[in-house]
Amino acid sequence: MTVVATTPRFKGNVHDALTDARLQGALVHASNFAGRRALAAARLPEFEALRDSARAIKDHTLAHLDLYLEAYERKVVETGGHVHWAEDAEAARRIIVDLCKRRGAKTVTKGKSMISEEIGLNAALEAAGMAAVETDLGEYIIQLRGETPSHIIAPAIHVTKEDVEREFRKAHLDRPADRDLSQPEQLLAEARAELRAKFMAADVGVTGANFLVAETGTSIIVTNEGNGDLTQILPRVHIVIASIEKIVPTLEDAAQLLRVLARSATGQDASVYTTLSTGPRREGDKDGPSEYHVVILDNGRSAMLGGEFEDMLRCIRCGACMNHCPVYQAVGGHAYGWVYPGPMGAVLTPSLIGVAEGGQLPNASTFCGRCEAVCPVRIPLPKMMRHWREREFERALSPAAQRYGLRFWAFFAKRPTLYRFATGLFTRALHWAGRKKGRFASLPLAGGWTDYRDLAAPERATFQSQWRAKSGAVN
Amino acid sequence: MNPRDAILQNLRRSLGVTGGEAPRRFEVERRLAEAPPGIVPARGQGDVATRVATFRAEAERAQASVAEIASLADVPAEVARYLRESNCAATLRMGDDARLAAMPWGDTALEILFGASDGHDLNAVAMAFAGIAETGTLALVSGADNPTTLNFLPDNAIVVLRREDVVADYEAAFARLRGRYGKGNAPRTLNFVTGPSRSADIEQTLLLGAHGPRRLHIVIAG
Repeated sequence: MTVVATTPRFKGNVHDALTDARLQGALVHASNFAGRRALAAARLPEFEALRDSARAIKDHTLAHLDLYLEAYERKVVETGGHVHWAEDAEAARRIIVDLCKRRGAKTVTKGKSMISEEIGLNAALEAAGMAAVETDLGEYIIQLRGETPSHIIAPAIHVTKEDVEREFRKAHLDRPADRDLSQPEQLLAEARAELRAKFMAADVGVTGANFLVAETGTSIIVTNEGNGDLTQILPRVHIVIASIEKIVPTLEDAAQLLRVLARSATGQDASVYTTLSTGPRREGDKDGPSEYHVVILDNGRSAMLGGEFEDMLRCIRCGACMNHCPVYQAVGGHAYGWVYPGPMGAVLTPSLIGVAEGGQLPNASTFCGRCEAVCPVRIPLPKMMRHWREREFERALSPAAQRYGLRFWAFFAKRPTLYRFATGLFTRALHWAGRKKGRFASLPLAGGWTDYRDLAAPERATFQSQWRAKSGAVN
Repeated sequence: MNPRDAILQNLRRSLGVTGGEAPRRFEVERRLAEAPPGIVPARGQGDVATRVATFRAEAERAQASVAEIASLADVPAEVARYLRESNCAATLRMGDDARLAAMPWGDTALEILFGASDGHDLNAVAMAFAGIAETGTLALVSGADNPTTLNFLPDNAIVVLRREDVVADYEAAFARLRGRYGKGNAPRTLNFVTGPSRSADIEQTLLLGAHGPRRLHIVIAG
């Protein structure tokens, strides 16, 4: 683990997020994604078939991952690039810092990369005396704020434009103090000018990769700003950092995945810039990097293969699951406490940093199933969150009160007659107690619920007894 | 054990394989050789006129502007018109592309600069390798003829696309790519560009011209 995870304090984080009025105001913007995705999906009749195709490609690749990685490596070397293998975050940091140091780098520009966040690369570069500059606008904003991304494709979704103005005034001291920065256009123009100078000064550019293509030894990045491209074509050295599951066999396979990626992420038919990079500058080229390096990171993923969390390795990091998650929409990404938030983070985080640290996250689900319904590669996220809950329970990591509560409930659940009698009694009692207002603003032992919303008073009878009355039988 | 072998060994242990199984190797080699196409959307299909119409509609949807002209010889006049009407400076940078060099730039008042961009260019023109009707996307390849920096550093990017180079889908563009570079090979940089640069990172407000061009003008010729 590299970035200090606050995941073990998840419940406290959630409380802080729910009572943070500024954050709650900013999170309104996160709700726009779902509608845009729905429109994009509806515009393409083949969308559902493409999701099946995308899933099949990922499953095929994972089943042959060792061989595709070898084939990919051969092509990178053949085209004049270098491949470095990193078993964990520490190794990846060391490889990249060494590459930068040996070339006397002072400024390292960075395209947006979740793997870079996962390994804590910026801190390592800074510790080695180099300036690491995030160039994606959202990443730049949160770097100035000293934060981590709160969303995997919209890292500054928790920030208001007033927050951005304040950071820019603090950071860009050469500019007139009385300048107008009240509009997003002005903020963007200032960031563009500041970062243009950094792009031109950079010695090394580090990008992530959405896909690595085994057929051609190509890395693919997808951006809307063009920052990833300026990061990789201007400096003398381009370093790609990517995890092992980013491999796809062919260009055709990449096209299948790209068709579902942009639509699932931002609701665009295609992102503005999809760039395929293969090796360093070639004879006659007037621009482009002289050196091309790829750092392939494992960091716990090879152990996920063949196990109950293998499906998670299909993830293409589109963010659709968090864009459709009622829990994420309510608390934002930082509450999850590590690099990956939302449903994908709730499944991936315990896999990568351990169930003891990340085991609370799979509880942050209402099991509404929207994440699985929109996942472009059909990852059964709710099922895997249930697996984690079982493991947390088996290992006695969940709080004692919860465990006793579950045992108490299980005692009744295993005795149907007693269960029906007890729940019937309880429901009638609640109905009677709440008959005036129809809801409860507070209830003993239910503060975790009623602190943030009212509990509706139940109908006179349980669902089971109503069902029986209507249809004549249960079981 | 070196980290490469350790990672591959872990993968093989998890998968329950040795890496030497002939059927697995055969399956991987076959897929890499055959590159099966998968699901290809119907949207981009059709004859040249249909493809150009779809390309244009999709590109405009992505906030690019599009002009159609009769021949490559008319490109300089169209570029000059576009820059004048957009109140842009009368300068233009381009690479060594022979098709661009053959155009009558002398008939315009444009100041022409050659080579890669140093970040101070307002306008640049490049020849597209292909246009993809399905999403209104340009495919541009790196090289001295059309340096990649021209696609990103100038404020206004102008791209010339020959009508005959408008293909239906990405798969058709890859087929052309293999025709030029050979199967299994790719240019150093292949840019798929759909509209001008943008960002929605500040309160999800969509703004054009984030780091790349603020405007993208596509000239379809022929």
